[in-house]
Amino acid sequence: MQIYLNGEQRQIPDNTSMAALIELLELSGKRIAVEVNEELVPRSTYSDYSLKPQDNVEIVHAIGGG
Amino acid sequence: MTNPSNDSFTLAGKEYHSRLLVGTGKYKDLDETDAAISASGAEIVTFAVRRTNIGQDKDQPNLLDVISPDKYTLLPNTAGCFDAKTAIRTCRLARELLDGHNLVKLEVLGDEKTLFPDVAATLEAAQVLVKDGFDIMVYTNDDPIMAKRLEELGCISVMPLAAPIGSGLGIRNRLNIRTIVENANVPILVDAGVGTASDAAIAMELGCDGVLMNTAIAAAKDPVLMASAMRKGIEAGREAYLAGRMMPKRFASASSPMDGLFF
Repeated sequence: MQIYLNGEQRQIPDNTSMAALIELLELSGKRIAVEVNEELVPRSTYSDYSLKPQDNVEIVHAIGGG
Repeated sequence: MTNPSNDSFTLAGKEYHSRLLVGTGKYKDLDETDAAISASGAEIVTFAVRRTNIGQDKDQPNLLDVISPDKYTLLPNTAGCFDAKTAIRTCRLARELLDGHNLVKLEVLGDEKTLFPDVAATLEAAQVLVKDGFDIMVYTNDDPIMAKRLEELGCISVMPLAAPIGSGLGIRNRLNIRTIVENANVPILVDAGVGTASDAAIAMELGCDGVLMNTAIAAAKDPVLMASAMRKGIEAGREAYLAGRMMPKRFASASSPMDGLFF
């Protein structure tokens, strides 16, 4: 199925969980935060969170700023 | 004599001795960021929230490895947000990023050229975020009325600009900053616009509780040395404020006694 990941189209297997997506992206254990369709997805729910086609996923981290 | 080493201010129940808060943008690399922050003596450090680069530089050091939450109080900002909604989303992501830490720097910008705050949108975002349990340090313009409104709304600190973000123009309206300080029951920090150490000292002499800056340090030829200069400027200004300056006079007043002259 297709999702949007940080603004770009991406194909992932159907019924991928958030935990599986993060694993796939090799971001496990990194300091990141995730939202889907502009709603925060808490870390504690990654395993139970199933992505749906056309979901808009944003994965963010901390960068330098003032 | 007042002992300046006992001098502190409190934010969200935590006491701070350094009145210099620093950003982490515009540095050459993370080593320079680290060195400048150390030299500044800052205890509160700001950062921004942005998209992770998917599939690139997986082993790239993370900013949060350098500015560790164990060492500093981290202050995520909403820089780059031009409406209340994106600012609120950014705060929620930042809280998740920092495992439930509620302290945020709210800024909702109105215009790319000036980066002046959109105060109506700032109020709107602050209202939602206060209800959502955030401790908000809010960037605003140097308007005493708006500063008071933001305090009344529940922001834990109000941060009027000295001048446009990154401009280095210094404090454009000292009287307004003074008025904001006099009216306030929460810490007032000047945020944005200082250019050099004397600007930081002036903010402190006006009675501000602290100064938040980034470009003035990061864009100096020697950022680490400027960070040290800013630390001293802040300390000098604070001590001068506590000491209470002399009243200016129009004409001279001899420093040496006129009695006992031998001619």
